Amino acid sequence: MSTTPAARPSATPGNILPREHYLNATYGIRSWLLTTDHKRIALLYLVSVTFFFFIGGAFATMIRIHLLTPNGYLVTPETYNKLFTMHGVAMIFFFLIPSIPAVLGNFLIPLMIGAKDLAFPKINLLSWYIYLVGGSFVLYSFSTGGLDTGWTFYTPLSSVYSNSAVTPAVIGVFINGFSSILTGLNFIVTIHTMRAPGMTWFRLPLFVWAHYATSIIFILGTPVIAITLLLAGLERMFHLGFFNPALGGDPILFQHLFWFYSHPAVYIMILPAMGVISEIIPTFARKPIFGYTFIAGSSIAIAVIGFFVWAHHMFLTGESTYAALTFSLLSYLVAIPSAVKVFNWTSTLYKGSISYDTPMLYALGFIGLFLVGGLTGLFLACLGLDIHIHDTYFVVAHFHYIMVGGAVMGYVGGLHFWWPKITGRLYPEFLARIAAVTLFIGFNLTFFPQFILGYLGMPRRYHSYPPEFQVFNVMSTAGASILALGYLLPMIYLVWSMRYGQVAGRNPWPATGLEWQTDSPPLTENFDVTPEVTWEAYDFENRPDLGLDVKGAPSLAPAHGDD
Amino acid sequence: MHRTGELFGQFETMDQQRESASLGMWVFLTTEVLFFGGMFMTYTLNRSTYPEIFGEASRSINLTLGAFNTVVLIGSSLTMAMSVWAASVGKKQLVTMFLILTLILGSIFLGVKGIEYHEKFVEHHVPGLNFSFEPGASVATNAHAQLFFSLYFAMTGLHAVHMIVGAGLLIWLIKESMRGRFTAEYNTPVEMVGLYWHFVDIVWIFLFPLLYLIDRH
Amino acid sequence: MSEHHIVSPKLYVGIFAALMVCTFLTVAAAKVDLNQYFSGLNIIVALVIATFKASLVVLFFMHGKYSAKRTQLVIICSVFWLAIMLFMTMSDYISRPWS
Repeated sequence: MSTTPAARPSATPGNILPREHYLNATYGIRSWLLTTDHKRIALLYLVSVTFFFFIGGAFATMIRIHLLTPNGYLVTPETYNKLFTMHGVAMIFFFLIPSIPAVLGNFLIPLMIGAKDLAFPKINLLSWYIYLVGGSFVLYSFSTGGLDTGWTFYTPLSSVYSNSAVTPAVIGVFINGFSSILTGLNFIVTIHTMRAPGMTWFRLPLFVWAHYATSIIFILGTPVIAITLLLAGLERMFHLGFFNPALGGDPILFQHLFWFYSHPAVYIMILPAMGVISEIIPTFARKPIFGYTFIAGSSIAIAVIGFFVWAHHMFLTGESTYAALTFSLLSYLVAIPSAVKVFNWTSTLYKGSISYDTPMLYALGFIGLFLVGGLTGLFLACLGLDIHIHDTYFVVAHFHYIMVGGAVMGYVGGLHFWWPKITGRLYPEFLARIAAVTLFIGFNLTFFPQFILGYLGMPRRYHSYPPEFQVFNVMSTAGASILALGYLLPMIYLVWSMRYGQVAGRNPWPATGLEWQTDSPPLTENFDVTPEVTWEAYDFENRPDLGLDVKGAPSLAPAHGDD
Repeated sequence: MHRTGELFGQFETMDQQRESASLGMWVFLTTEVLFFGGMFMTYTLNRSTYPEIFGEASRSINLTLGAFNTVVLIGSSLTMAMSVWAASVGKKQLVTMFLILTLILGSIFLGVKGIEYHEKFVEHHVPGLNFSFEPGASVATNAHAQLFFSLYFAMTGLHAVHMIVGAGLLIWLIKESMRGRFTAEYNTPVEMVGLYWHFVDIVWIFLFPLLYLIDRH
Repeated sequence: MSEHHIVSPKLYVGIFAALMVCTFLTVAAAKVDLNQYFSGLNIIVALVIATFKASLVVLFFMHGKYSAKRTQLVIICSVFWLAIMLFMTMSDYISRPWS
C-alpha cells in the first residue's frame, strides 16, 4: 500500500478525462431538455436554482441598501413590503427547498446506492418542468405588481385586502409544491428498492439517510401547504370566507395549516445540508463518522418531531396557553437530535487527521453557525422571551444563521466537494479558500448585528427604524456586500474550472462513498457493472483501494487544483 | 417509448419494477391523504364553530342523489377490484369488461354530481355567484352558510377532479387491455390505477356523511 | 417483495355487501336524533361507520391486509399524520377559555 502522493493515482498529473461520460454521451439541446439522466437533471436544476438565488439576492440587496438610513430613501413603504416578500418567496420556495435535494440529491443518490438512475427518471424530469412552471407564475407575479403579503401569505391580507399580484404567486407556489412532492416520492422509492447488492440500510451514506428523512417531510407536509394556498387563492378569487373574519372565517386556521407545512419545511432546508456535512467531515478528518446510527436516527427524529412544533410560530396570535406550552416543550425536544449531530461531528474531528480543504472550511463554518442559529431558536421557543423578540430582527438573524450559515454553506460546500465528480475537474483551491473565508466573515457581519437589533427591539418587516439603530444596520449592509463577494467568487471560478481546472480523476480527496468508485464525470449509466458492497460506510481503515495509510501516518494532503 | 410490460432501463428485474411502482403509488396516495386532509381540517373547525347553520345547509343538499352516488361509487370500486382479479387470473376479456363497467359507474357518478351542482346553482347556493341562502336572514347567517357551501364545492369539486383524472386513466387502461397487454404475470398498471380509484372512493366515503348527513333528524 | 395473493371474487362481493349495509346504516342513523343521549353521538356514529367502510376498502379492495409490512407502515403513517394535524390544531381551539 503506497503512501506517497505521487503514487496515488488520483493525484498524478496527466489524469485524463474519461472518453465517454454523461456530459458528452449525447449532444444538442433536445438531449438536455428531454433527458431522463438524473445527473443531467441535477445540472438543469443547478442552473434554475442559481437563477432564483440571483432574484432573491437582488431583493436582499435592495432591502439592505434601503435600510442604510433610518427613514429609507430607496423605496416607498409599500414597495419595501414587496421587497422582503419577494426575497422570501424566491429564496425559500425556489432556492432553499430545492437546492440540495434537486441538485446534489438527484446527482448523487443513485451513485451512492449503486443504481443506474432513480426509480422514476421521467418523473424526475417532470419535477423540473413543474418547478419551471411554478417559477414562471411567481416571476409573472413579481413583474406585474409584485407581492406584499410576506412569504407567509397571512390572511386576510393575502386573500382579501392586498392589492398586489397575489393570485399568480399563490398559483406558482402551489404548482412548485408538486415538484417537491415528486422528488420526495422518487427518493423514497429509490432508496427502498434500488440499492445495490450488499448496500444495506446501515451501510448507506448519511447523505442518503438525510435525504430519506427530507423526503418524508416532502411527502407529508407539502400537500398541506398546497391545499392551504388553494383555499386562500379560491377565497381571493371568489370572495369565499374560510380565512376572512368578516365572513365568519378564521385567519388563525390559515396560520395553523400554513405552518403545519412551513415549519417542517425548515427541516427540508437543513437536513440535506446536514447530510452534506456528514460526508465532508469524515473525509477531511480521515476518520469514520462517530455514532453513525445516532446520526441516521436523528435525521428521522428531526423529520418526525419537526411535524409537532408548528404553532411556535403562533405564540402571539392568541392560541391557547395549553397549546403554547405544548408546542414550546416539543420545540425544545426537537433540538435534541440536532444537538446529537453536532456532538457527533465534533467527536469525529477529535483525533482526526484534519485537512482544511475548502469543503472542510464550509463544514466547520456550518457547525459553528448552525450552533448559533439552533441555540437562538431555543431562545425563541421560550414563551416568556418570545413575547419580546417575536417579529423582531432577532428572528430574522436566527433563521438566516440556519438557512444561510447552515443550509447555503452546506450547499456551497457540497458543490465544492462533489465538483470533481460532477465535472471531472478540480476548482482552484487557494481562491476557493479565500472565498469561503470571505463568505464566513461577510455572513457574520451581516447577521450578528441583527441579533442585537432584535434584542433592542427593532421590528422585522419595517421599512424604517429609530435612528439609534442605524449603526447596526450599516454594519449589516456592509457585511452583505462582503457576503455577496463570497458568493460571486465561486460562481466565477467554478465555471472557469469546468474548462480550465485540473482533471480530477476518480477520487481526488479520497473519500469512501460508492460515487467515488466511478469515473469523474461518470458514465450515463453510472457503473460499468452493478457494484456489490462489502464494506461499511466511512471505513477508512479497511479500504486499501483508497491508497491511504490511515493508521498513525501523517495526514496526506489531497490533490489540489493549483498545486 | 416503452410498451407496457417491458422492463424499464433503470431497473434490474421486473420484480424491482413492480415493487417500485407499488411503493410509489402508496406514497403518492399518502400525499393525497394530507392534501384532502387540509380541507377536512377546515371543515372540522368550521362545523364545530357553526353547528346549526351547517346542519341547515346540509339539509338543503339532495340526500337521495348523494346516497345514490355513494352506492354507485362503491360499486365502481367493486368492479375495479374485479378487474384486478381478472387480470391476476389471466381472464383478459373480463379485465376489459370490468374496466368499462368501472368507467361507466364513474361517469354516472360525475353526471349525478353535475345534476346536483345545477340544483345548487338554481337555488343560489353557489358562493361567488349570487349566493343567497336565506334572503331574509342576517348577513352573518348567510356568510356562515356560504362557508358550508364553499367547503361543499371545494371538497366535492376536488374529488370530482380526481375522478376525472381517474376516468382518463381508465380509458388508457381499457385501450391497453383491449390489446391484451395485461396477463397474470404483468398487470401492474391495473393494480396501480385500482389503488388510486379505491382511494378516491374512500374520500367520498367520508365526504358523504360529513356533507350530507350533518343534521337529518 | 410484491404480494401475489389473489383475493377471490366472492370475498369482494361480500365486502361490497357489507359496504352497502353500512351505507344504509349511516343514512338511517342520521335520521335519528342520537345527540339527545350523548352530545355529539350522531357525528361519532357517522365517523365510526365511515372509518369502518374505509378500512374495508383499504384492507380488501386495496389488498392492504395482504401487503408488505412496509406498505402497511405507509398507510398507518398517512392516517397518523392526518390525525396529528386534526387533533393538535383542534386542541388549540378547544383549550381556549374564551369562546
